[in-house]
Parts: sequence; structure tokens; C-alpha cells
Amino acid sequence: MKFARKSKVTNAIPTASMADISFLLLVFFMVSTVFVRNRGLPVELPDAEKIEKLESRRHVTSIWINDQGDICVDCKDSYDGRNIVPLAQVGAKVHQKLTANPRLIIMVKADSAADFGLVSDVLQELRTIGALRVNFATDRERP
Amino acid sequence: MIQRNRKRVMPEIPTASMADIAFLLIVFFLVTTTMNQDKGLSLHLPGMGETKEVQQKNICNIWINDQDQIAFFEEDDLTPVDFANLRAEVEQRLAANPKLIISLKAQRGSTYRMFVDVLDELKLSGAQRISIAEPEAQQ
Repeated sequence: MKFARKSKVTNAIPTASMADISFLLLVFFMVSTVFVRNRGLPVELPDAEKIEKLESRRHVTSIWINDQGDICVDCKDSYDGRNIVPLAQVGAKVHQKLTANPRLIIMVKADSAADFGLVSDVLQELRTIGALRVNFATDRERP
Repeated sequence: MIQRNRKRVMPEIPTASMADIAFLLIVFFLVTTTMNQDKGLSLHLPGMGETKEVQQKNICNIWINDQDQIAFFEEDDLTPVDFANLRAEVEQRLAANPKLIISLKAQRGSTYRMFVDVLDELKLSGAQRISIAEPEAQQ
């Protein structure tokens, strides 16, 4: 009995498109990567459950308050003690940013051991200059 | 004339290692990518001079003292409350009066952690109208 001759098919995984796929992934990661630049003061954020995510970083300015009572407004450089802003100048600094971007949200990144009195002083400063959209930065609470 | 039999070599760029290079770069970006979004408790502060007169019965004052103890202040009496019971108590008061405004007042010297915890509990209890009172100036 004679069988029809099978066509010889070499079974190889096509790897020609591999580079394309990986470059696609590469582009995705390049676009979504944000290098952590603005570290600000080293603070330990409090935990909370009912937290909201801020969708855009463009409209966010951070104010760091650590447990020593140091305040720093949107410091991009790593912390070396030069960026400390006295309480009286917080308003002026934020006002500058607020006029450039009226949709600004102020992110208060205060240390969980910080004195609330100081945080309240900062909030009053923000109120006087009209920066009313505030977000208290927290970590998600782990059960 | 003797024609030399030249071998034709097609110039080719080797593409076999392309995928390797790309994956190497991927791994680099994978490792350095931080997807952490800014997140926290949002609050809209009242503007200066935007204070409103509110009926006394629609206000529920919650105080935090400098020992991080919590108390309700209603109709001139102070009822201390445990942090664990806070949410239930607030829910109960909200159910009784849906127009209730919760006024949170933390003293100087209380920790920020306590303030955020209480604010979180208030938000979890479903309170929509939360105000933050300014603590009295330090004596």
C-alpha cells in the first residue's frame, strides 16, 4: 500500500516576531516608568482604609512634614536639610504654584508621629491663600 | 581572461540577538518601574471667610485631646468614646440626623496618626459633611 507523500513541515516556533513583541513591551514600560525623583523628607505615612487615588501627578504638589517639625514644599532633590521651609513661607511657596496651576491638589505627606498642631497650621496657611483641595497622604491599611 | 568565480556574500545584519537585547531592556524597566500612585484621604477645605452659621443640633463635635483620647462634645457635655466604638457611634448619630455635620477638632499635641485614623473612621461611617476645626492657639 502506498501512502501519499507527506509534505515535510518543519515544526519550528516562529521567532521572527519575538523582537517585535518584546519591543512593544519595552515601549510600554518606558512610557509608564516614573523614576522616583521627588523623595522629599523621609516620613512614615499613616495607614487608612477609605483612601482615594489621585489620577494625575501633574496637578499635585506635596508638602512634607516630618516628626521633627520640618516642612518642605515640593522638594525634588534628595533630602539634605537645605529644602526646609519655615511655616511662614509655606503659603507664599504654594501660592506661586497655585497661580501657575489653579487645579492644584495639595498632598500633605506628614509623618504619623507628627504633631497635629503643625499640620493644622499648614492647613490654615493653605486656607488663607485659597488652596482648598487637600489630600492627606496615607498608605493602604493592611488587615 | 579568466573570470574568477566570486562568491556572492549578502550583507546581513544579525537579528538573532535583537530579542535578547530587547528583553534585557525590558527587565531593566520592569525593575525600575514604580507604579505607586499618590493616594490618601481627600478633603475640601473651606475658604477664608466662608464660615456658615449652622444650627447647633446639626453639629456633632468630636474632640481629640493631646493624649490622643477621643470624645464627643454635644450640648455642653463631653462623652469619651473608644476608638473601636467610634464608627458605630457616628453611624448611629448619622442615622438619627442625616444632615449632621461632623466637626473634628484635634488639640495641639495630638498626633497626626490619630487625626488620620479618626478621619478615616468618619469617612468609613459614610459621613459626607466633615469639617476640621482649628485648634485653639497655644497658651
